[in-house]
Amino acid sequence: MDVITFHYTISPDDFTRAGEASSDVKSKLKKMGVTPEAVRKVAIAMYEGEINMVIHAKGGEITVHISTECIEMVLEDVGPGIPDIDLAMQAGYSTAPDAVRSLGFGAGMGLPNMKKYSDEMEIHTVIGEGTTIRMVVNL
Amino acid sequence: MDKFYHSVRLDEDLCMGCINCIKRCPTQAIRVRNKKAQINSKFCIDCGECIRVCPHHAKHAIYDTMEDLKQFEYTVALPAPSLYSQFNNLDDVNIVLNALLLMGFDDVFEVSAAAELVSEATREYLSKNPDKLPVISTACPSVVRLIRVRFPNLIPNLLPLNPPVEVAAILAVRRAMEKTGLPREKIGIIFISPCPSKVTYARAPLGTDHSEVDKVLAIKDVYPRLLSCMKAVGEEPPEIGTSGKIGVSWGRSGGEASGLFTEDYLAADGIENVIRVLEDMEDQKFTNLKFVELNACNGGCVGGVLTVENPYVAEVKLKRLRKYMPVARSHMESEGEELVRWTSMVQYEPVFHLGDTMMESFARLNQVERLLKKFPGLDCGSCGAPTCKALAEDIVRGEAAESDCIYFLRDNVHKLTKEVARLAADIEEGDGDSYSKFRAMTSYIVRISDEMNQLDRKEGRNQNDDKGTD
Repeated sequence: MDVITFHYTISPDDFTRAGEASSDVKSKLKKMGVTPEAVRKVAIAMYEGEINMVIHAKGGEITVHISTECIEMVLEDVGPGIPDIDLAMQAGYSTAPDAVRSLGFGAGMGLPNMKKYSDEMEIHTVIGEGTTIRMVVNL
Repeated sequence: MDKFYHSVRLDEDLCMGCINCIKRCPTQAIRVRNKKAQINSKFCIDCGECIRVCPHHAKHAIYDTMEDLKQFEYTVALPAPSLYSQFNNLDDVNIVLNALLLMGFDDVFEVSAAAELVSEATREYLSKNPDKLPVISTACPSVVRLIRVRFPNLIPNLLPLNPPVEVAAILAVRRAMEKTGLPREKIGIIFISPCPSKVTYARAPLGTDHSEVDKVLAIKDVYPRLLSCMKAVGEEPPEIGTSGKIGVSWGRSGGEASGLFTEDYLAADGIENVIRVLEDMEDQKFTNLKFVELNACNGGCVGGVLTVENPYVAEVKLKRLRKYMPVARSHMESEGEELVRWTSMVQYEPVFHLGDTMMESFARLNQVERLLKKFPGLDCGSCGAPTCKALAEDIVRGEAAESDCIYFLRDNVHKLTKEVARLAADIEEGDGDSYSKFRAMTSYIVRISDEMNQLDRKEGRNQNDDKGTD
């Protein structure tokens, strides 16, 4: 099966650029003719992940594998890690600092939305070392 | 009806083949091929941006003329709200309306009056359809066309109501037929428009199968004659206006939204800003919004490419005019619903797909990525496409070639020249079969000459540009 891979480096604390990677993937998927619904799921899930990396993890790397069967997104950071995943998965739970909330982020919907809009999601996190999240949207 | 009908056209004789329009087209619909611009009708949304930026006036809009009105026995003028914003010191719209009658129209029906009905119907739609929020305005035909080709996920959010111009046309037809007893075809419903997008709407509407607007005149064409007629209108013109603040405000960005009596709205104007808002909406970045008003032109309809006044000056004039108006003067009657409701839904047109099937598009996406590695990434436009990526997409669609890139071509020439030098050195040293090497060298020289010719043709175009812009 053919796979096209894209790499993105997410810069830390740069809100003006947050979302660039997900919108690039979105425009590619639109040209590839995947269903509008799948485009929407990838765009939302990846954008939430991208924003999380900017807010919590001082940036990181995103790798996207595109095939005609699924879109796989792997988001890796060397941030603080997630101490309690179950808590973080609760809608509305947020540890975002006030400065970030004042920008309209930090509504506590990041992880819940990533889960909601992806067909598969795995979180691997180590406190003090970083977090890797793998999400898959099936086509 | 051609679903990709367009009112924005190119005049080949005036086109110099420069890159101004390809760089500014928001949907990347224009390419320069054979030294002339070409508009891809599937990508174009008739926003008029290329008309604004072309230094050679090679882009224009098609619309009707006063001559075209002679075919009707009875004509009704439908002035756009933005028309009122074109005049200095205008404090009474009745001067404009009476001047339209002096110009030769038999009746006038204000689009701003119909706009008040649409505002009323929108308020009702918002309260009855909480699942459709945020609702996107559909008054600007370019925005609807943009969503149709690029934002399929947002089609369910479109406000399924006719734009004010259509509602005005339907009501004007009824009134004219009642008043005159004439058959429909003898009555001309004439919209006075700020933009080409409305011409497209009248000829190939979305949301309804057929528009009741018969002809569309440009504000800039009507303006000089209207101005002299306005001088002939007396001090106290008869009161024929039937709209208030809400209706007239539709002429500028934020006006439509202000008639909805909610603060939970966003109003964006200028096509690039509109695209950014739609991208963000698609990613669900907005919460608690009820209404999104989008206008392709800067400032809203007052910024239309067929108007004469600076959009921001026009906005001030509109504000001044509204000052002494009542809030609203036109109200929906019992059968309002059918007047205003769309009769057909907008369908997604996936024109930007790279191939016909997902397999083909996927393979082409892969090819695009490989091509991009070969191109310099300068987005210089010399190939006739706005960006290297657009060129790569054209190539995989079979509409362009790698050699359209002058950098690619130049590198090729360098490589061939090196080969020739190497062969010449071999021959001089007398290594191996000199004759076959000599023949190889000759073929390289022919190729170099061919590629130089291609480059010259491109350079030739650039020289023409210089002459044109000087």
